[in-house]
Amino acid sequence: MITTHQVTKRFGAVVAVDGVDLDVREGDRYGLLGPNGSGKTTLLRMLLALIFATSGEIEVAGEPIPRRAARVLPRIGSLIEGPAAYGYLSGRANLALLDAAGPGDATGGRRTRKARIDDALDCVGLGGIDRRPVRAYSLGMRQRLGLAAALLRRPQLLILDEPTNGLDPRGIREIRDLLIELNSDGVTVLLSSHLLGEIEQLCTRVGVLDRGRLVIQDELDRLRAPTDRVLLRTPDAEQAAALLDGKVDVREGDRLVVRAPDAAELNARLVGAGLRVEEMVRERRSLEELVMNATGPSADRFDAPDAGRSAPPNGSAVPDDATTPDGETAPDGADAATPDITTAQDAS
Amino acid sequence: MIRVELLRIARRPRTWMVLTLLCGLPVLVAVFVAVTKLAPQPGQGPAFLSAVLSDGSLYPAAGLAIVLPVFLPVSVAVLSGDAVAGEASTGMLRYLLTRPVARTRLLLAKLIGTMSFVLVAVILVAVTSYITGVLAFGSGGLRPVSSSASAGSIASPVTGTSIGGTISTSLSGTPLTTAQLGERVAYGIGYITVSMLGVAAIALFLSTVTDSALGAALGALAALVTSEVLATLDAASAIRPYLPTNYWLAWIDLFRQPILWHDVQRGLAIQAVYAAVFLGLAWANFASKDVTG
Repeated sequence: MITTHQVTKRFGAVVAVDGVDLDVREGDRYGLLGPNGSGKTTLLRMLLALIFATSGEIEVAGEPIPRRAARVLPRIGSLIEGPAAYGYLSGRANLALLDAAGPGDATGGRRTRKARIDDALDCVGLGGIDRRPVRAYSLGMRQRLGLAAALLRRPQLLILDEPTNGLDPRGIREIRDLLIELNSDGVTVLLSSHLLGEIEQLCTRVGVLDRGRLVIQDELDRLRAPTDRVLLRTPDAEQAAALLDGKVDVREGDRLVVRAPDAAELNARLVGAGLRVEEMVRERRSLEELVMNATGPSADRFDAPDAGRSAPPNGSAVPDDATTPDGETAPDGADAATPDITTAQDAS
Repeated sequence: MIRVELLRIARRPRTWMVLTLLCGLPVLVAVFVAVTKLAPQPGQGPAFLSAVLSDGSLYPAAGLAIVLPVFLPVSVAVLSGDAVAGEASTGMLRYLLTRPVARTRLLLAKLIGTMSFVLVAVILVAVTSYITGVLAFGSGGLRPVSSSASAGSIASPVTGTSIGGTISTSLSGTPLTTAQLGERVAYGIGYITVSMLGVAAIALFLSTVTDSALGAALGALAALVTSEVLATLDAASAIRPYLPTNYWLAWIDLFRQPILWHDVQRGLAIQAVYAAVFLGLAWANFASKDVTG
């Protein structure tokens, strides 16, 4: 659906997006993660031909951007950096005006306009909105109206930049359910966020941007695959450590981190030796740790020169070649499946 | 997009406020003049004002002369300066462009919107001024007026319509029929509308440069003020014919008998040049601009 090849954008001396090979497949719910200022919004704007790339190629729905943007854009719904509307008009009037401004082709048109506006407003939970001007809308209502505008033309692709900004937890959940439902109807969703939880609960694929570079891009399930370690909690920690000698990576009080590919077998072995097991769970990499390891400090953080060294503990711990653009995690010593997360856990 | 833009302007409260103010000023002036019967001496004050005491149907011309030098260009600069920058600062620009609206088309719609506003404003000023004039001073078009007109003729003598003493003789005493007067007013409305093209183009260009509507409007006003200052400066007389404001008052020639076309033609040509240059710049800048607002 979206492929970019070595897309780079410079603003003067600042490289906002640096050689990104984005690959969003049809039917994906793709989450773009990254700290503030990592280039998420710039990248999304380039996909919509609002910003022109300094170099590289962009293809959306099979058409080159920005050259054939006019052919693709009618099939894309977007919400970039917050919603916008004319404050002196009602929500409906805003949607009608916006729709009338676009081409009256197969994706839109005057005859279907009213029905499409009603549908879009229903979708985002504004079906019963009155005629008050947008000026009087709350932040959450504006956000919903912005989403309605994105849905107006029943797009095949949704490009959403921080779509749940300003919504309360219930609103966030509604939007998440809406996006999942749309996606099951065949709409590809590309959204950016710095809220890891949101991406974790919604997306099937994840890309992580750090200082303009795409450092991770992979299926969420694969990124969060279980490691071959087991987190174990037992009152008989001493004996367990002795029994599993050489396989215990970390020991803290009654908690152990044990290298064991099969948790059930480990459990049987412990119980067989008469040791009590209080808790036992396969270790999974969390998205947060992955992102923290893959990214540096936020671009909105400016440390004093002397204090700078001690700032983020795991900042840029992963060398740049730790992941290849298509998301395969590079081998990390003997333990190929486990990236540098161990360091994060050791530290905690 | 053009239809949408016109609709949007029409539904915007600010548009109506500006129109009310534009129409209100000539009414206010008429009230003062009618109450005091103190019209400016011929050759002083806004054009035509000295003549309206004797003929109210001339007041549309006086009304236009009142709003033209400052009020109208200021409102054009504000509206045109807001055209792109205003959309950018509210964020609507990115949603319009991704709808998609082609950038060239957007600029065109904005220009047509502004010029339509000017046309409507000028017509409204003329109409309200006519009503005000007839109510306040009576209609001279149906009865003989003015000492200089021959008795019994349907006459509207335009005497002493000079500004800054540049016009003195011309049409004094030659009668104009009501039909002729109507025709001349229509020409005047057209000319004044076109006169605003230069300001609109400058403001529109600046509007594509900055994301601040106020900045763009101020920039266009600065250009206007500069032009007006240089126009009065003898040292700058060499460039005077090329200033955008220089022929603004040439529409007064339309009320002479016969019409003096020279300055009117020059004025139209100058506006065309300014419009072409600044619209070209606006297009060149906007078509390849990164929309980050």
